[in-house]
Amino acid sequence: MNYLPQHIAFGLLAVMMTLSAIKVVTSKNVVHCALYLVMVLAGVAGIYILLAAEFLAAVQVLVYIGAIVVLFLFGIMLTRAPIGRSRGLDNDQRALAAMVGLAVAGLLTAVLLDGFGDQRINITEPQRSADVGLEIFQSYVIPFEVVSVLLLAALIGAVVLARRD
Amino acid sequence: MLPPIASEAGAAAAQSFEAGWLTRHVWLIPLLAVVSFVLTLLFGKRFKSGGTFFGVGLMGLALVLSTALGIEWMGRGHVALEEHSPAAAAATYRGTASGDEARPVGEVIEEAERTGLPKPTGSEEAGGEEHALPSGRLGVPMAESGGGGEEAAGGHAIEVRPYYEAEARWFAIGAVEVGFGFHVDGFAVLMLFTVCFISFLVHLFSTEYLRDDRRKTHYFASLGLFTAGMLLMVSSSTSLQLLLGWEIMGLCSFLLIGHWWEEDKNSNAALKAFFTTRTGDVGLLVGLSILFFGASQTFNIAKTNADAITGQIPSAWLLAAAIALFIACVGKSAQFPLHTWLPDAMAGPTPASALIHAATMVVAGVYMVGRFYPVFFSAFNIANNALGFNVIAVIGGITIIIAGLLAFVQQDIKKVLAYSTVSQLGYMVMGLGVGAWTGAIFHLFTHAFFKALLFMGAGSISHACWHSFDMRDFGGLRKHMPKTFLTFMIGTAALMGLPIFAGFWSKDEILLGAWTNGYRGTLFIVGCAGAALTCAYMTRVVYLTFWGDYKGPTTPDAIEHAQHAAHGHDDAHDEAADAHAPALVDATAYQEGAKASADPGVQAAAHATVQSERGPHDNEASHTADHHGDDPHGTVPLGGYPHESPWPITVPLIVLAVMSVVAGIINAPFFGLQFTHFSAIEAIVAAGVPEPAFNMTVAVISTLGALGGLALAYAWWFAGVRFGLEGLSRRNKLAGAGLRLLENKYYLDALYERIIVRGIKGPVATVVYWFNQNVLDGIVHATAWTARRSAAFTYDVLDQGVVDGTVNGVGTGAGGIGRGFKSMASGKVQQYAAYLLGGAAAGALVIFAITFNRS
Amino acid sequence: MYLNQFLLLAAALFSIGVYGVLARRNGVLVLMSIELILNAVNINLVAFGAYHGQVAGQVFALFTVAVAAAEVGVGLAIVLLIYRNKRSIDLDQVAQMKG
Repeated sequence: MNYLPQHIAFGLLAVMMTLSAIKVVTSKNVVHCALYLVMVLAGVAGIYILLAAEFLAAVQVLVYIGAIVVLFLFGIMLTRAPIGRSRGLDNDQRALAAMVGLAVAGLLTAVLLDGFGDQRINITEPQRSADVGLEIFQSYVIPFEVVSVLLLAALIGAVVLARRD
Repeated sequence: MLPPIASEAGAAAAQSFEAGWLTRHVWLIPLLAVVSFVLTLLFGKRFKSGGTFFGVGLMGLALVLSTALGIEWMGRGHVALEEHSPAAAAATYRGTASGDEARPVGEVIEEAERTGLPKPTGSEEAGGEEHALPSGRLGVPMAESGGGGEEAAGGHAIEVRPYYEAEARWFAIGAVEVGFGFHVDGFAVLMLFTVCFISFLVHLFSTEYLRDDRRKTHYFASLGLFTAGMLLMVSSSTSLQLLLGWEIMGLCSFLLIGHWWEEDKNSNAALKAFFTTRTGDVGLLVGLSILFFGASQTFNIAKTNADAITGQIPSAWLLAAAIALFIACVGKSAQFPLHTWLPDAMAGPTPASALIHAATMVVAGVYMVGRFYPVFFSAFNIANNALGFNVIAVIGGITIIIAGLLAFVQQDIKKVLAYSTVSQLGYMVMGLGVGAWTGAIFHLFTHAFFKALLFMGAGSISHACWHSFDMRDFGGLRKHMPKTFLTFMIGTAALMGLPIFAGFWSKDEILLGAWTNGYRGTLFIVGCAGAALTCAYMTRVVYLTFWGDYKGPTTPDAIEHAQHAAHGHDDAHDEAADAHAPALVDATAYQEGAKASADPGVQAAAHATVQSERGPHDNEASHTADHHGDDPHGTVPLGGYPHESPWPITVPLIVLAVMSVVAGIINAPFFGLQFTHFSAIEAIVAAGVPEPAFNMTVAVISTLGALGGLALAYAWWFAGVRFGLEGLSRRNKLAGAGLRLLENKYYLDALYERIIVRGIKGPVATVVYWFNQNVLDGIVHATAWTARRSAAFTYDVLDQGVVDGTVNGVGTGAGGIGRGFKSMASGKVQQYAAYLLGGAAAGALVIFAITFNRS
Repeated sequence: MYLNQFLLLAAALFSIGVYGVLARRNGVLVLMSIELILNAVNINLVAFGAYHGQVAGQVFALFTVAVAAAEVGVGLAIVLLIYRNKRSIDLDQVAQMKG
């Protein structure tokens, strides 16, 4: 297999995600940021499909785009963030942040190129949802339960933090 | 693979090593403590007594079981060294259904060959349901020590009992299986007995001591859970289970120290204990993780130790794990520099202090190091250390000295005892550091009895002296409290390490280890000096408490005043206080007290008056309503002197006093070294930890050191010989500075709170600033000024600058250098995050660049 | 397909997210940047899962999604609390740690 269609799809997705991500962290409009975030998250879902992880792609769309972004929009509204263009979304250490970001990027790139040079992924068949379910409930039951407790704790914590008293 | 052990069950030797019923059911002992916790918490409030009998009864049962376990363990037959029948020493047991795995022990055996030990005759086998454990009956001559080369004493041979281990699957994550099980060997049996013993007596003592406490039920529930955590920890077979017990204890110490949380001081002490020990707990997590990944992905402690001995864990990993685990020990066992929480922990009820100091909590750190000892032994190369010191021994040595010195300047009897615990824990840690494993755990064992005795004695004194812990209020108590006096003296003698008493034998073993294992220099001297210090400060305590004249309140007015304080800030709804109108205080006074408690303003005023008149007292007075009036022994009427405490207090004292005498003798040379039943455990013997024989020279040196300290202190306190040193701290600047340093506890608390807690103003910056201000400036001055100024220079720089500067400069200097770093400490989280990530990225890039070039 | 193409894309998202966390002043935008970082990690997990032919990668990615949801919930609650106390979600004003 030469994977040509996949390569094309990946290239489009990658360009779209990178540009959107940059807009997320640079845009002057808070709501635009949230919408660019949707683009990135949708791109991630596309990457999951390329990697034959259909179930995860569906979860990504449902949870991230469906729930988390909506939560962000609520957060923007509740904190009365300026809806239109606004200054002052960035602090005064952009240069430092850019340097750190570039250092991290450089480090990761160097390490990845060194470590995984030309390893290839061969996908012959999709990983079915049933397999994922079996894996979760056979091998990873304890982490699953821990995560559910964590969600409960987060729920209670959020309620306690956000209630008016 | 050898044939299953079961087929050889007929062999007499195999039978003698069959695990007994209690060994196989060791989980009953922690379970009893858990049951006590649950019953007390759920049903305690329904009983008039607050459910205290649950704890006393169940812990009594646990004590019986653990004693029986000890007897059963000692009774397991000896196998003569000559019997080399294969599989003779293997223990068999029915493997639990899911936990059936063959435990490879080949490594242990190979190691034994490598180090020149006789080959163990144990074997391992797993077939079907029968599961044979690794067992080594490593016959080791008594003096098979790495560096010492002592002669074998009378041809004693250490019989290593195979440990018994039952482990079932707890849970599995992916391919990693985590077991839950119990590991029984001599060390575990010893600890189970000690913990149950102390815990039972503490429960009994508390029934009287906290009889009228309003949260008695919660207190007893916490005691139960505390005990359960320790018992679970000492009998666990996996490191995760150990961690579980460790954290349970952290929680319970928080609850018990903060038992009277109404006072800010108490809840702050509880928080401090919790946070300080948590700082160390990070080390435990890191260390256990490193060991997990280093030791073929198992949490099993025995397996990890075997891996450490055979060198299956890379030495760099081993060293990192050992250091991380030792940090955990430093936090939990209150070693320098994290010892500051322990004296503050005196804010809790006295019996809880006894439990924390004698059998649980602080002992846990030492236990953990002892349990993972092969890791430390290999990592620091303790037996053949060319340096003559290592991190563990040095930290232990520092702790011995600094805590011993601090004990001198305390006025609170409990704080003296607390610092003495810190110092004694330093002995144990130093013992572990110099390879005296047996000595360290023997000291752990004996120390439990006499320290519990001393704490309970202090509790008894305070119980009689209107809840004061201030030694300036005591005096002459030997006439009034004969039982407490006698038992306290026995405990003191044991702590001092006077011959015959328990502390002598165990302290001697540690010093002996330092002597024979190549640590003959500073560390040995530090050990002897610590013994002298211990004698001296304990003499001071005994003098102030039991000799001279009683200095506390005796007139009705004064006592009433103290009582007033007690009720002054009791809550108005304190039913216990209402129910127990103390007979000592007449009705009017009591009504006044009640009135005061109803009115916050008056209450505060009364409190303030009493505080200013009587100085800072332990606030235990404010919470336990006094009940001398209904004390059956209370023959002394109003206005009397302190009198002996009732039986639930004196009986534990007497029992512990007996133990403080006999506990040491079990490992005395003339008693057949019975302690090897518990100390000769497989991991230690397989690691080749030296076991030196009794050495008269060392015993004499350490005794002379102790007697020297005793003599000096006796001369100072009892005979009144002052050596012309009276008021030295006022006359001499250096001595004054030293005293201030001690009174301020080496400024460690100030360091932590002002400098580390409050951000970037680190100690390094402080030192740099101080160096700049005092030393560099001084040098500039010295070169600029002519010789006639040199006298002034000496005064300015050396005396004012160096001596005072060291003391005062720490605090003030921090502010100065802090301003220099102020722009960095902007308080903006994102800026900190940028430094953090940028630093991490830069560091990783450097590491990557280095390794990239190499490959 | 190369394994590295996914990993490098994830690295890019991660670095952009780091920049956002450090340079944004608005609390909600910082949380969004954290989402970028978490998604980068998820891509790595799934890519390695596919590389090894195991489902475990996806399982862990699912756990990460759940943790991310919890994180956003608590994070937004904190931002809301800050807003209520300070009438602003400017993180520069949250400088109580100033030494």
